Amino acid sequence: MFSSFMVNTWLAASMVAVVAGVVGFFAVLRGSAFVAHAIPQGAFAGAAGAALIGANTILGLGVFSLLGALGIGWLGKRGRHDVATALALVVMLGLGALFLSMSVEYAPEIYSLLFGEVFGVSSAELGPMAVLGVLCLAAVAALYRPLLFTSVLPEVAEARGVRAHRMEMCFLVVVAAATSMTVPVVGAFLMFSLMIAPAGTARSFTDKPLRAMALSVAVALTTVWAAVAASYETQWPLGFFVGVGGALFYGLGRAWDWHRRTRAVRGRRAVGATVAAGHRDGPSPVLR
Amino acid sequence: MSGLLHWVFAPGLFDSDAVRTAVLVGGAVAVVSGMVGVLTVIRGQSFAGHALADVGATGGSGAFLIGLNPLWGFIGIAVVAAGIMESVGVRRPRGRDLATGIVLGAGLGLAALFLYWDTTWSNTTGASITVLFGSMFVISGSTVPVIVGFAVFVLAVVMLLYRMLLLSSLHPDLAAARGVPVRLVGVCYLAALAVTVSLSAMTIGAVLSTALLIGPAATALRLTRRPGWAMAVSSAIAVGTTWLGILLAYDSYSWPPLQRGWPVSFFVVVLVFAGYLLTHLPRTRKEA
Repeated sequence: MFSSFMVNTWLAASMVAVVAGVVGFFAVLRGSAFVAHAIPQGAFAGAAGAALIGANTILGLGVFSLLGALGIGWLGKRGRHDVATALALVVMLGLGALFLSMSVEYAPEIYSLLFGEVFGVSSAELGPMAVLGVLCLAAVAALYRPLLFTSVLPEVAEARGVRAHRMEMCFLVVVAAATSMTVPVVGAFLMFSLMIAPAGTARSFTDKPLRAMALSVAVALTTVWAAVAASYETQWPLGFFVGVGGALFYGLGRAWDWHRRTRAVRGRRAVGATVAAGHRDGPSPVLR
Repeated sequence: MSGLLHWVFAPGLFDSDAVRTAVLVGGAVAVVSGMVGVLTVIRGQSFAGHALADVGATGGSGAFLIGLNPLWGFIGIAVVAAGIMESVGVRRPRGRDLATGIVLGAGLGLAALFLYWDTTWSNTTGASITVLFGSMFVISGSTVPVIVGFAVFVLAVVMLLYRMLLLSSLHPDLAAARGVPVRLVGVCYLAALAVTVSLSAMTIGAVLSTALLIGPAATALRLTRRPGWAMAVSSAIAVGTTWLGILLAYDSYSWPPLQRGWPVSFFVVVLVFAGYLLTHLPRTRKEA
């Protein structure tokens, strides 16, 4: 499991988990779960197009995820956000269907783009991945405060002069960069699971943004490492372990949340306070 | 004149059984998607609509595995997933999107496993593509009555709950005050949505399912404010684009580069998206 040809796998999986944990924190905070799903899945069409004209897969993914992100931002300004996301997604997938019908791509390769092929990462692929990953993290670090501000209190941020729409665009581009880095390795569907489930789990445990982000990264790393190990042992697809593992972690988070709330309510009843109702909706007024 | 007609309606169009089935099933599915889509857009549940179609693929691939008719797998798993989404989901949209995302992630993980088993055990390599992209021209004639039956059933449910659904979508608190069981209506609606999208995902593919659910409805809601009208307009657009898409796909069998036809989903998606963009033109000019 730790032999030399697996080194690349562990490295790639860890990089993906760190980036997904950080970017996913904002995706969950902004309520952008649909975007986090749509950009990777739509970018898959770009890979199909790149295969058709014989271009580099990462290039195709990058172009499509960037176009998708800009399209979602542009349409979202003029209509409902979820509708914009859905339409951008189906347009990209429609193009993907066209590319697939024209190319002579084999089914297993399409399957691996959707569900990932982590056991075949070459050293040449690691370089671009690392560069894009560092870029993503740097962008998040640079935009950290305004991004957090517009995510949590959009109206106040707007009043303070932070351009909400520009922030949204920046965030979408970061998701696009993270996508083109990770899809070749873990696949479109996995990237989505890794962005949403750990960040959603982290939110149940803490209200502090930095701590939640760190926890999100930790959960993502745990999920991916466990999934790689399990997948190596059983030969079952990695996507299964990541998807189901993520859901299990999220379930744990929700259970902890529930436990803490009922305990808090009981404690308050003991001292005779009756204001528990206001807290019934969740642990944090900010992060909800 | 007859030359033009001959060119538009390629020879054999009206004699082909496959085309007749596609027109029938595509039309039925489009009507239902158009109507349910209006409620989906009003309720802001585009993500759920798309996620259920993708999760339906899990059931489809599972059914492939045990040799069942995929339709039952699609519908069964989508209804179960809808139930989980509604029970996990918090009423606030962000929490609901997160719950949808977690269910989708777990569902896709299972799909990865089922598809892997499909390809290793039963040697149906094309399963992943069939399940994800669907093809209208390969629907077997025997499933047509079942599909039409389900479509009529969903229409009846939506008609029956129409007023309660509309009120609880637009104004949940008022609906609750009026004695509408908001939660129950939400579950019923989500189940209807699940059946709708699994029908369409099964017959015309997950891509088209989302396109027909969201695109025509969003277009119609920009043209008219009255929900009843919007449903009628949306169904008309959905049926129109589907049939036009089928016609174009049939014509495209003689088009370059491979002369084996462009996919229906590509044509329908492009038509739907063009329609949505058209409704934006005058308004953006006025605002500018």
